[in-house]
Amino acid sequence: MVRPDTYREARAHLAGLSDAELEERFWRLAREVVAPLVELARTHTSPSIERSVLMRMGVDSVTAQAIVAECVTRGLLPHGAGHVVLVCMRAWGCDAPEAARRLAAGEGWEVVAAKWEDSR
Amino acid sequence: MSAQHDERFGAPLRDPSLSPDEKLDVEALLEGLDRYRPRRRGWTWRRRLPAQRLYEFEYHETSEPVARSVPLPAARYFEGIDPQPDCVITTEIASGRPEDDVRRMRMAAWHGADHIMVIRTAGQSHMDGLIEGTPEGVGGTAVTRKQVRLTRRALDLIEDEVGRPIDFHSYVSGVAGPEIAVMFAEEGVNGAHQDPQYNVLYRNINMYRSFVDAAEAKRVMAHVGMLQIDGAHNANATAVRAWKVMPELLVQHAINCAYSEAVGMPRELIALSTVPPDAPPAPCVRMDLPYAIALRDLFRGFKMRAQQNTRYMESDAREATVSHVLNMLISRLTSADIQSTITPDEGRNVPWHYNNVAAVDTAKQALVGMDGLREVVRVDREAPELKARVRELKERAVLFLEAMLRDGGYFAAVEQAYFVDSGEYPETNDDGIVRTSDGGVAAGTIVERAEDYLAPVCAHFGENHLELLDLPESAKPCDAIGGCTLCDDAKVPYIDELDPDDNAAARLAATRELRERGLIKPEVEWTGDGVVVVTMFLPASEQVAKAAALELGRAMNLADCEVIHSRVMHPAEGTLIELKGRLDAAVDPATLVVPEPVAALSDEEIREFVREHGVKAVAATVGEDEHSVGMREIIDIKHGGLEKWGFGVTYLGTSVPVEKVLDAAIEHAAQVVLISTIITHADVHRENMRKLADLAVEKGVRDRLLLIAGGTQVTDEMARECGLDAGFGRGTHGIDVASFIVRAMRERIAGP
Repeated sequence: MVRPDTYREARAHLAGLSDAELEERFWRLAREVVAPLVELARTHTSPSIERSVLMRMGVDSVTAQAIVAECVTRGLLPHGAGHVVLVCMRAWGCDAPEAARRLAAGEGWEVVAAKWEDSR
Repeated sequence: MSAQHDERFGAPLRDPSLSPDEKLDVEALLEGLDRYRPRRRGWTWRRRLPAQRLYEFEYHETSEPVARSVPLPAARYFEGIDPQPDCVITTEIASGRPEDDVRRMRMAAWHGADHIMVIRTAGQSHMDGLIEGTPEGVGGTAVTRKQVRLTRRALDLIEDEVGRPIDFHSYVSGVAGPEIAVMFAEEGVNGAHQDPQYNVLYRNINMYRSFVDAAEAKRVMAHVGMLQIDGAHNANATAVRAWKVMPELLVQHAINCAYSEAVGMPRELIALSTVPPDAPPAPCVRMDLPYAIALRDLFRGFKMRAQQNTRYMESDAREATVSHVLNMLISRLTSADIQSTITPDEGRNVPWHYNNVAAVDTAKQALVGMDGLREVVRVDREAPELKARVRELKERAVLFLEAMLRDGGYFAAVEQAYFVDSGEYPETNDDGIVRTSDGGVAAGTIVERAEDYLAPVCAHFGENHLELLDLPESAKPCDAIGGCTLCDDAKVPYIDELDPDDNAAARLAATRELRERGLIKPEVEWTGDGVVVVTMFLPASEQVAKAAALELGRAMNLADCEVIHSRVMHPAEGTLIELKGRLDAAVDPATLVVPEPVAALSDEEIREFVREHGVKAVAATVGEDEHSVGMREIIDIKHGGLEKWGFGVTYLGTSVPVEKVLDAAIEHAAQVVLISTIITHADVHRENMRKLADLAVEKGVRDRLLLIAGGTQVTDEMARECGLDAGFGRGTHGIDVASFIVRAMRERIAGP
């Protein structure tokens, strides 16, 4: 949309504000704009977030890539890739990097499938 | 925070300290990187000193001195002082080869850079995952764990060498933002760009994915105290009329700041990347100052990273430098916590070694030169034009935010091309960037977290059903897995190389001969690239001059010639050309005759000799020359000149005929004659020197006199050719002349 500069008319409701009030309004609006974005982030995850979780569990990037790809395929991402690895750690009594290695090699997905029947 | 070992880390790999006369041993630094651990995390500011005395000057906006540096050229007149401005100074170094980047970082650090930013290789932001190893980058460097370790390890050595902490910085953006953030946190990267709007607008990464990822990345960065810089300045670099985007810039900064704070990043770790949007011939300072003020009014408590303008940069390095100095005038009139620099050659190529240094020097020079400016020159906030404009910009930004909310929020606004429109909001020209919520790279990849979503690690953002883990109340999330890498550094994994051919070691092998034999080959980016630049004036029109330059380059035996800059001096009279070419030649320093610099004698030694022999000199500026400054510096006690050691000096003045100088020398029974001369087109200087020597012979006093000439363009060789005993050029000090006189007189006394 092409619109001429309507600033003079559009600012009428701001004219009476003090500088402090104007600044306060600026920040209130900014926080209002980001609130739904924060809520989206709070309730969603992504392959990169899940790989970053696995990295913090001590898993290298190549292995993390393979596991998260498999989690996406199997519809397991909503539970968390870290959760998937944790289930296997507990089932196998091993640490996270070891569980991740085995998962990346194709082992143990039946353990995971048993826990989440909704997985594909 | 100081440069000391962080207790959370294991025993680090210790490197021997760097010696200033040795090159960085990059091959050695590539060894053992699997064991390298960074010695600190988080950002470090310079230590500001409200008042500092250096030489005869007092500074009000400087920081603690460094241990080693290369001062500005004019520092030789001020005992070599190198005052460091109060703000951090950034340089961007990314040649595509990390093994070459680290050498340039060392050079930049010696000139005053303490914030090293590595630009990523083209395409890295679209890679859904981390890159490993050290593959060669294009237009930037592949940022990988190994590259980060090599760089941080080199910077540890460099910061010890210069005696000031150096912050290392890169990008937490693209589709792998959270992973990069974790890797950076683990590896001690000190700062990063993070702004989801940058992904959306300039990288066309899906908007939902960008914001969801950003929250996690920001949380990780905050966990280790990394400084965040936003990406708003890109609107300025992209918009058709950069000065029209000021209201939008305020909005972009606000969105990233508000979002960052909402996900847990403290305000002191959030820096705004702000650029004065304009450049001459626009009256840029008057146009940009209201914007800089409005920004600082609105964003109190946030950090200001002052970037330099790139929007109007072309191939003219001189023009870019002047624009950048004007940018720093705005930094000094307002405020800057970080002063970023843009290399003056960025408009024409990936920056070269010495242009990083040039940009850092420009920043240091301008900021130190404007030290304390606000104490004597204050922006008049009540000036009607300024006051109205500051208010107007804030109001326009508020109108922008109101409209976004009315139109359905941020995502809807991006779909409606709100951003990077060339109109000044509320004016729009319908030329903004349009992105759709279901489009872009990695569209459709976010998923809603389930009711049992779990991430058993620290620094995680959002819903996380840790209650499923039955951990004690005081436990950290990662207690469920026996600690995460952010709590237990020993758990950080390492991958060395994935590509056996495309890596730093393979590239270094190709240039090993140069290093092993110590061969000297010109370079601008990479070891042995052979690139040189020839500057020439050609008396021809621009198009003809460009073609002629290429031909001349071939005549100079240069390969791959390219005109990188041309500037019309006059449409018919001629053109300035900068020609780039590759010179495939190297020099073996063993074949060179390199004159050893002559060491100065000690004050005592000189004083004693002068006392013993009662050395007298006559001095004059000869010919039609009214300059006396240089000569006074060599003579006067106040400048550390000859009088300081007890020489008896008779100064005859300016424009003195050579005959008169010699007569005075005889009359005063002087042993030394000092003449100062400027270079003239007609070679009068040489004539005067010769005349002095010949007259001395004629009058039979040559053997009794030391004849010395000085001047900005005089050389020792030139003076001797003309029959004198010595010549001294630019940068000479009294001590140099005094040492020469004492040595020469000793030789004469000792006899042949």
